[in-house]
Order: sequence, then structure tokens, then C-alpha cells
Amino acid sequence: MAHLESVKPTSAPAGGPPGDPVVAMDDISISFGAVRALDGVSVRLYPGEVHALMGENGAGKSTLIKALTGVYGIDSGTVTVEGRQVRLASPSAAQEAGISTVYQEVNLCTNLTVAENMMLGREPRFLGAINTRAMNRRARATLDRLGLDVDPASTLGDHPIAVQQLVAIARAVDVDAKVLILDEPTSSLDADEVEKLFTVMRRLRAAGVAIVFVSHFLDQIFEITDRMTILRNGRLVGERMTADLTQLELVQLMIGRELEVLEKLERELDAEDAGPASSEPVLRAVGLGRKGSLLATDLEVRPGEVVGLAGLLGSGRTELARLLFGADTSDTGTLEVSGRRTRLRAPRQAIDRKVAFLSENRRSEGVIGDLSVADNMLLALQATRGWLRPIPSATRRRLVDEYIEALDIRPADPDALMRNLSGGNQQKVLLARWLITEPDLLILDEPTRGIDVGAKAQIQQLVADLARRGLGVVFISAELEEVLRLSDRVVTMRDRRKIDERSNVDVAVGDVLEIIAGDARAEEVGARA
Amino acid sequence: MRSASSRVLSSTLLWPLLVLLGLLVVNVAANPGFIEVRVQDGRLFGSLVDIVRNGAPVLLIALGMTLVIATRGIDLSVGAVAAIGGAVACVHMVSAPDESALGTAIVACGLALATCVALGLWNGFLVSVLGIQPIIATLVLLVAGRGLAMLVTDGQITTVNNESFRTIGVGFVLGLPVAALVAWAVFALTALLVRRTALGMLVEAVGINPEASRLAGVRAVTIRWTVYVFSGFCAGLAGLMIAANTSAADANNAGLWIELDAILAVVIGGTSLAGGRFSLAGTFVGALLITTLAATIPNIGIPSETNYLFKAVVVIVVCLLQSPKARAVLRRRRTASATPAPPEGPPAGDPAPAGESSAPTLAKAGTR
Ligand SMILES: Nc1ncnc2c1ncn2[C@@H]1O[C@H](COP(=O)(O)OP(=O)(O)OP(=O)(O)O)[C@@H](O)[C@H]1O
Ligand SMILES: [Mg+2]
Repeated sequence: MAHLESVKPTSAPAGGPPGDPVVAMDDISISFGAVRALDGVSVRLYPGEVHALMGENGAGKSTLIKALTGVYGIDSGTVTVEGRQVRLASPSAAQEAGISTVYQEVNLCTNLTVAENMMLGREPRFLGAINTRAMNRRARATLDRLGLDVDPASTLGDHPIAVQQLVAIARAVDVDAKVLILDEPTSSLDADEVEKLFTVMRRLRAAGVAIVFVSHFLDQIFEITDRMTILRNGRLVGERMTADLTQLELVQLMIGRELEVLEKLERELDAEDAGPASSEPVLRAVGLGRKGSLLATDLEVRPGEVVGLAGLLGSGRTELARLLFGADTSDTGTLEVSGRRTRLRAPRQAIDRKVAFLSENRRSEGVIGDLSVADNMLLALQATRGWLRPIPSATRRRLVDEYIEALDIRPADPDALMRNLSGGNQQKVLLARWLITEPDLLILDEPTRGIDVGAKAQIQQLVADLARRGLGVVFISAELEEVLRLSDRVVTMRDRRKIDERSNVDVAVGDVLEIIAGDARAEEVGARA
Repeated sequence: MRSASSRVLSSTLLWPLLVLLGLLVVNVAANPGFIEVRVQDGRLFGSLVDIVRNGAPVLLIALGMTLVIATRGIDLSVGAVAAIGGAVACVHMVSAPDESALGTAIVACGLALATCVALGLWNGFLVSVLGIQPIIATLVLLVAGRGLAMLVTDGQITTVNNESFRTIGVGFVLGLPVAALVAWAVFALTALLVRRTALGMLVEAVGINPEASRLAGVRAVTIRWTVYVFSGFCAGLAGLMIAANTSAADANNAGLWIELDAILAVVIGGTSLAGGRFSLAGTFVGALLITTLAATIPNIGIPSETNYLFKAVVVIVVCLLQSPKARAVLRRRRTASATPAPPEGPPAGDPAPAGESSAPTLAKAGTR
């Protein structure tokens, strides 16, 4: 595109901060078989800066990070830490060199306590035995520094994924690191927690730590980072000062062309569009609840309708979605799917009634890492057919190729192992898994998490199209803008119950925030009275 | 699928095959007659034929074990279940009006297999429905099973006189040992069933990520239950062969330690104890290797007091050759310090690659 010429890719470093970089990676190449994940990429990190790694899904960001943290060996190129060339042969070697990491997928032991997770491998000991008291005290101190109100002695698995994410960050902060790497740490956090994280990042930056930050949220990039390195298809596009770029320019650098901006998704809000307005709801929940996770909640979804669930973390959105799908069993209320009363005791029953649920927890509840992309895509369909009726190979190939193309999954190789895909591409495969089952109701919990800007617009478009074709959709996202852009109706939740429901006519982000805050105020008043 | 399995073949199956070849060479060097196969009275004779015949029970049990392990489970009870199977069959024949009739043998075998399937149902129930850890759940029968077998046989070694039954253990058809033919047929049928239907993929999915599989609608409980039932069936069949071999049911010694040989065979064949991807071809080679090893010890004249040690050494060698870490170290040695580490490091985020965790377990099992 003509527009591109103006922003020529360069590999010449932009004027970085004065002084010497704490880490310089030069001309790094890494291949996995035939896939060249990185091809001659260079990055420099300076003390006291927040440095963004930018690029589409599969551009090579996580791979570069794993090279720096000793997880992957490099095929060629050099790594220099504080002026000395080093060979980072293992994660522990990287740790010793002062490089500390929070990986893209939360990777902690959910059956250990928060403190144990934070101190794993460096527990304070007394006469050889782990000193639990001292460990909890030290964890407490670090958590306080981050402003996190989490009991160090509680079991990690009892906390929602966002808190687990923050604990992972706390773990990385606890080691005195020269370089702190955060690979998409904010994808499961809501605005408040992101702010918390940024506060910590600013404090660490002031203390001279070099921070590498990966995120697909451009607003966050422009808020927190000083400089950035941009990758495309494993190649270096360039190095820029954040202040020198506009969002549009950055996106062009990342995807190598202009983004077809979705000004506003042309969602026809009137119901005529999706069949008769009186059409029976595809899903009706009355007083649905579960002890300890959700208070009795009503919800209706009509064919062709997108119902957005708004609310902060822990407000009960995911819990509601899980009850609708039978991932957890409800102990109060009733559920009707396509007019038929059902009691869901297992996801399988929901799937048989043409309900699909994309979990927010990609790694533990979605990805089957050691199976191929094709098997992962077809798993739900195969499960409903039963093991005796394998999907004929021609159908298999057709479906898989169709969705690889439709969702632009890279690499476009049905036989690639799922665990070798980049995070965003895994997410697309999981979305395909459910679309292939041709559901009547699609429950999407954070479907665009970890998805790059281009693909995000594409997936939103897809959801809108599906709804237009008569699918009922429940859409959950921490990004309120996204919820409001897509939904016909917005349901707001707080403290594990529904506090508001309205059709999405001129609802603004501020309105929803006000609903949430207003409810909180009302409660305070109530408590005082 | 196709390309993935051929990759497995090239990397993990290579070493067991080479070790198997090595063992054969050692045997022939020590005793040239080892390789000879004669035809006599229309059937084959020789050490190799014995290996194939004696290896049938291990092969069968390893087959069931492979599927159980693929679902992240383990079945420690197979030896005891085999003993119960043999006991039920023999006791039925002894107490039948016509001990030596073909019909009696058939009914006896049917009864024995039904009993073992029921025991498999029990194991599967404990694991899949009650959620008891497989190692504990099947330990129950490992401990109690031989007691049950003793109850069945009244604590006696029950000998039977039934030629049809004996055929399962020592008979020949078309010149080949019946036991081996039966084991191979079951093996081939299973392989066909598992890979031609979607069963194999679903078993692997459940083994790799049980929760994700459940949310995708896979009936994880049914699948896990089924593999234990199948394991019980295989153990029963193996138990019949063992009993038929001596025409006797020995509650104490039939199938003793066979669970360990089966687990070794599975792991040597490249299926990780952590569950997930499994290789039936690998298990086949693994079982052959284990039986050849057992035959090697007397053949090359290793003193009996060191034979367990010898077995352990061979097993450790195979596992080291398969371990990605050990191989990486070897390669680094060879290419000196000039080149960087090989790119295929441990997969990101996997705290313990399977290959590593299996080695120590095996070392323990081998030196018991
Ligand atoms: N272990 C591996 N084996 C094979 N291919 C791999 C492996 N790890 C990464 N790749 C490939 O390398 C490329 C870069 O992946 P990477 O995870 O670095 O992307 P990313 O920029 O982090 O993307 P995302 O934004 O989706 O997280 C992808 O094509 C991926 O499939
Ligand atoms: Mg990534």
C-alpha cells in the first residue's frame, strides 16, 4: 500500500537513552524445524526504561523472550549482559544474570500456597527445613509493596486467574532483577489491576530496572512504555521511541499494511434483523445460582442477540458462564435451552443441546498441547459424534483448512503441535473448535485475550456476523469498549450477582462504570444504616 | 497424525530397537545356537520361538497398560488379576463333571475373563468415578488380589488335566505358538480399533489435559473407566496363558511382578508415564525387549544373584538414550563448547518433561 512507503522499516537503532544497554541481543536467529521464528533480530534494553516488544500473533515476541531467559537456545547471534557476552544455556543461568520473567501463560503450582509459589526454589530455610513463617512474612512484604491484598498462606488455586497472574508478577519482582520481563501480563487484568501493575512498574523503572513489556493493548503501550522494538514474521522492523509514534503508525509497522479500521461495527440493533422479535429465547435461566460462586441470576438470550456481561474481575461473569454450560453444576434455579428444561450436570449435556463455551483459561481449560492443531480443532465435534464415528478424513481436511484460513491461523499447518503455536494463534484454534460444532448459543469468555489488534477486529466482526445469522451469543470481556461495541444488551454484574440489565442504546463505558460504582455506594449506605 | 507418528518412530523407537538388536548379537556371540530355529513335527523350535511364546503375557498386559498410562493412570493390579483369572479357570475345570472336555475349558476361560473384567470395572470405578489416585486405587487389588486368588484355590496349587486348556499356553497352530498368535491378534485388533476410530485421540486428549477434554465434551469418565476394564481383560487373558503353561493355578506366583515388566515395556516403548501420546508399536518393541532380556540372562551365563542388576542396567541405558536431557548433554560433549545449545530445549512452561521423570522411576522398578 502506498501509505507504507512513508514508514520504511529500518534496523538502524533509534537514538536510545544515553549510557550502555544492560542487555544487548544482536542478530538473533532461531528456527524450529522449517519454521524460522526469529531471523536476525536485535534488541537493546537500557536500565530504567520500559521497553515494548510489538508484533502480531506469531511475530516472535515470546520466542525472543525465551531466548533471553535461557528456555530456547539460539542458532546464531550474541547476547551481551552488562558488556559481557554470555551464553544463557538454561533458565537458571538467566536468573543468575539478573533476568527475571513472567511468562505469557500463568505457570504456577495451583496446589501450593501463594507464598510457596512466590518463593519456590529459594525458600528461606532454617536448619535445612523450610521456614514457613519467614516465607509468609517475606511474601507478605512483597505483596504489600505491590499493593496486593492476598493472604500468602492461601492456596493459589483458590484465587481467580487474575490474582494468580499478579502473584506470578510478585514472584518475579521478589528476586532482585536487573531485567524484568512481562509477557502479556495484563491480558487477564481489569483496569484497576492494570493500574496497580503500572504503579509497580514505574517504581521499578525509577529504581533502574529494565522492563520488557508485551501487550496487545495499544493504550497500555502508549501509557507505560518509553521505547519499543517491532517485529514482523520473525524479522526486525525497527526500534522506535514511543513518543515518536502514533497508534496508527505503530499498527502499520506491525502488520505491514494499513488496518481496515472498523469504524463502528454496523450492528443492527433492531431485532427484526434477526428473525421475529417474539422468537423463543435460545437460553433462559431463572434464579440460577451456586453456593459460593453465584447468587440467583436471571438471564435470557434470544437467537441473533449478543448479550454482553460487564463487570470487574470476580464479579461473577465467568461463574455465570460456567453454570450456563454445565462446567459447574448449579444448585438453585432452572435452565431452559431452546425451550427445553434441562439440568446440566456436565458440559457434554450442554454441547449436545448446541451450547458452546470458550473458556477464559486457555492453557488449563482449552489447549491440548501435545495434539495437533487439527485434533484440537475437531475435538468437540469428535466428542459429540462419539469415538466410534471418526470424522472422515475429507471432512476433516475441509473443516480444518477452512477455519485455518478464515481465522488466519499461523502457521497454516494442521499437523503442527498445538503447544508450539503462539498464544494468540492457540486462541484462534480454540475458537474454531467451537464454531465447528455449529452451536445455537456461543458463550465467549474473553475471546480476544492475547489476540493482536488486527485479529481482534476480525474476531469481533465474526461474532457480529454469527449473531446476524441467528446465533445467540454471550460475550464476556474485561474490555468494556469491546462489550459495548458488540452487545445488543448489556448485563452488569457485581459481587457475584446481576445488578443491571439494559439494551445497548447509547450506553457508554462511563455509564457502566457508574452502575458498578453506584451499586457499591448504595451498598455502603445500606451497610451504614 | 501420520507425520507425528513417523517422527516418534524415528526418535524414540530407534534406541529400543538398537538395544534389542544388541541383545540378540550378545546372545548369539555367547551361544551361536540361540538364533537357530528348527522345524520339527510341523512346528517351530528354538530360543527365539520361546521368547515369542513366553513374551505373550507381558505383551498383552503391556497393551492394556499402555492405554491406562495414556490416560495418566497406572494399573498395578494386573499381576494379581492374572493370578485370579488363572485360579478361577482351573478351579472351575477341576470341579466340573468332565474336567478334560473342550466345553469345560471354554466355560472356564469365559468365567475367568468375566471375573477379570469385573475386577477392571472395580479399578476403573475407583479411579474415574471416585477420583482415587490410580496408583492407590489399583494397589488395593495388588495387595488383596492374591489373597482372593488364594481363597479361590483354597490355598492349594490347583493342577488341571485338560488338553484344550493347555493349548493356550503351549500349543502350536500353523507351526506357531498359540499364545503368541492370540496376543498378536488382540494387539493388532486393538491397534486397529484405537487408530482407525477416534478412540486413540480421545484417550490422548484425556491424558494430556483432562479438564480441557471434559469442557470439550469428551466423556472422560467413561474413557478412563473403559481402559481399566480393558486392562483387566488383558490381564485375564495373560493369566489364562500363564496357568495353561503349567496346567496349574499358583495363586502366589502366577504373574508375580509382571506389572513392573509391563510398565517397563510401555515406557521403553516411548509412552510417557505422565500420560498423553502413546505408541502401541513402541510397546510391542518394549515387550519384546523385556522378554529377550529375561532370556538373555541364563543364555549368556550371568550368575543368578546379579541378574536383576543386569536387567536394571539395560533398562537404565535405554531410558538414558531416550531422555532428551541426556541426549542434549551427549551432543554438547560432542560438539564441544563452541556451538550454542540445541534449539529443541524443554517446551516452555512444562516443568518436567516426561522423559526425565521416567528414568528414576524405572531405575527403582528394575532393581527391586
Ligand atoms: N517450540 C516451538 N516449536 C515450533 N514452532 C514454534 C515453537 N515456539 C514458537 N514457534 C513458532 O514461532 C513463531 C513465533 O511464536 P511466538 O510465540 O514467539 O509468537 P508471539 O509473537 O509471542 O505471538 P503471540 O502474540 O500470539 O503471543 C510462531 O509461528 C510459532 O508457531
Ligand atoms: Mg507470545
